Amino acid sequence: ASSWAAVRVCMGRPQPRGRRSATERLPVHKPAPPPASEPLRQRFLRYLCSRFYDIESLVDWSAKLHFKNLRRKNAFQGQERWFRAERHGTFNSDFLQFRDVPVEAIDLAGSVVNYHGLDNLVKLTALKSLDLSRCPNVDEWALSRLHVFAETLEELSLAGCPQVTERGLACLQQLENLRRLDLSHLPAVPCQGLLRILVEEMLPGCEVVGLDSGAQTSQEEEVPA
Amino acid sequence: MGWSVAYWLKCLETRKGALQVAVIEKDPTYSKASTVLSVGGIRQQFSLPENVQMSLYSAFFLRTINEHLGVVNEPPIDIQFNPLGYLFLASEDGAAILEENVHVQRDQGAKVSLLSPTQLKKKYPWLNTDGVAVASYGLENEGWFDPWALLHAFKRKAISMGVYSCHGEVTSFTTSSTELLTPERELTLSRINYVHVQMPNSLENQPVECSLVVNAAGCWSGKLAEMAGVGIGSPNTQDEIKLPVEPRKRYVYVWHCPDGPGLACPTVIDTTGTYFRREGIGGNYLGGLSPTEEEEPDIQDLKVDHSFFQEKIWPKLAHRVPVFESLKVRSAWAGYYDYNTFDQNAVLGSHPLVENMFFITGFSGHGLQHSPAAGRAMAELILEGKFKTICMEKFSFNRFITGEPALERNII
Repeated sequence: ASSWAAVRVCMGRPQPRGRRSATERLPVHKPAPPPASEPLRQRFLRYLCSRFYDIESLVDWSAKLHFKNLRRKNAFQGQERWFRAERHGTFNSDFLQFRDVPVEAIDLAGSVVNYHGLDNLVKLTALKSLDLSRCPNVDEWALSRLHVFAETLEELSLAGCPQVTERGLACLQQLENLRRLDLSHLPAVPCQGLLRILVEEMLPGCEVVGLDSGAQTSQEEEVPA
Repeated sequence: MGWSVAYWLKCLETRKGALQVAVIEKDPTYSKASTVLSVGGIRQQFSLPENVQMSLYSAFFLRTINEHLGVVNEPPIDIQFNPLGYLFLASEDGAAILEENVHVQRDQGAKVSLLSPTQLKKKYPWLNTDGVAVASYGLENEGWFDPWALLHAFKRKAISMGVYSCHGEVTSFTTSSTELLTPERELTLSRINYVHVQMPNSLENQPVECSLVVNAAGCWSGKLAEMAGVGIGSPNTQDEIKLPVEPRKRYVYVWHCPDGPGLACPTVIDTTGTYFRREGIGGNYLGGLSPTEEEEPDIQDLKVDHSFFQEKIWPKLAHRVPVFESLKVRSAWAGYYDYNTFDQNAVLGSHPLVENMFFITGFSGHGLQHSPAAGRAMAELILEGKFKTICMEKFSFNRFITGEPALERNII
């Protein structure tokens, strides 16, 4: 089931027909706005939660909906706008005018994309930024496939992927142009302090985020998008 | 290999319970088994298309191992896969062959890249590129994994599907034979009716009636074949052709080198044949070298010859990777290769004269990585009468009779 879902997520993405020189700047990433946290509202919610069983699941559900709309989006070269599927999985028709513009950034955060789902991205030869944070099915095999973007990829986020281990991180060496690598909140990685040193040694030009020996204590840190 | 065949036989059988499969295991602790003493590598970089296809299939199998070998109510299988490819280095003489091999591999769908010494130096600054003309690196589906996890997964799944596990040693076969008159001469066709299994620590000898026997005894399969009458006939006939598989001892050394190549150290195959790879993230590396024909060690036991590392391996390592001059050997072990002296490739298929003995042996060091694909091919051959997924006619026993070796072209 997971591979089917992954394909569905990815099939919605337009594939570029032509190529243009990749000189324009990256799309600006808008981090997910943290859920509104007014004291009054929180107190009210807590009050409701203590009295009704359903409130908690309702809050969960609305948060999920919020995130669902946030993800599944991509951006084209020279554009600051992100394109994403609308409510019913359809795309706004105006992305059709970017048929010949290469896709530059893909945000797959929280999706079920796996090794097979990455098939759909292989043709994106100008991809500069890829966000795979919180993807439960990204494992060593999937990471070993990222070499197809070795020429272009500058930004990669693997934050919060439960299946990413130190074994998979080793093959990121293929990504020679990587500038920023987000490795925060990786529960399956042992010896995080040591591994950070090893990853930095392996990718000299790259800024590594996360993977501190003290990472376990700073759980409040927001996962950057 | 035996458990893989057993799993695939049960998996591909047409009706549930149609086959009764028993795996006879001489040593269920696997203390001398090649599988668990191997270094567990998988690579696509072969020169025979069949081998490349087998590797590709095996990589697919390992990637989706839980869909194949997962057992209900048991924890999922984690084979600890390390996705770092093989880096083959070729000298000036081997460059052309290496490039040809890469073309074969790419034709089969493997993702292999060619690197020049400059690119190599940029990518792996710790590598000394003297004497390297070209290198190839496998980008996908290559790496290493935990052999024990795979063996255990095959065994657990096969047993859950109704395969009998039998602890004992095959001591002899009962065969019946028929004479066949051909225009040239008389042929003796034989059939195995019973396998005699000696129970451990007892005098009991149990005959097991069988319709066919799969010889997956690894390095000891030559001996087993001889028991069934393979290769003990009169000279100058087909009867005298032996199964050319014999045990060869290979050493693996583990050394510690804190300033070593680091996290991105792939399995490097040097121009001299020396190989090494990273083991864990604590600065440990392991490697070895196949000795030449003249200096083949004695195979009676699995003792390690440490002077072999000092004299033969270390100088080559230190030449290729200068930081390895200051390494410290941590441990070492030895294992057996099921070495095919004819062409160092697998023997897959039945024997022309002993009708119901099937061979799946002689992999000469890449048995573990090919076990999922080879097991499937063997099960197809037994159940369907022919290969379906990957055609492996090239690896049949008949090549020893016709004298056409299926050689890998080595780059050294």
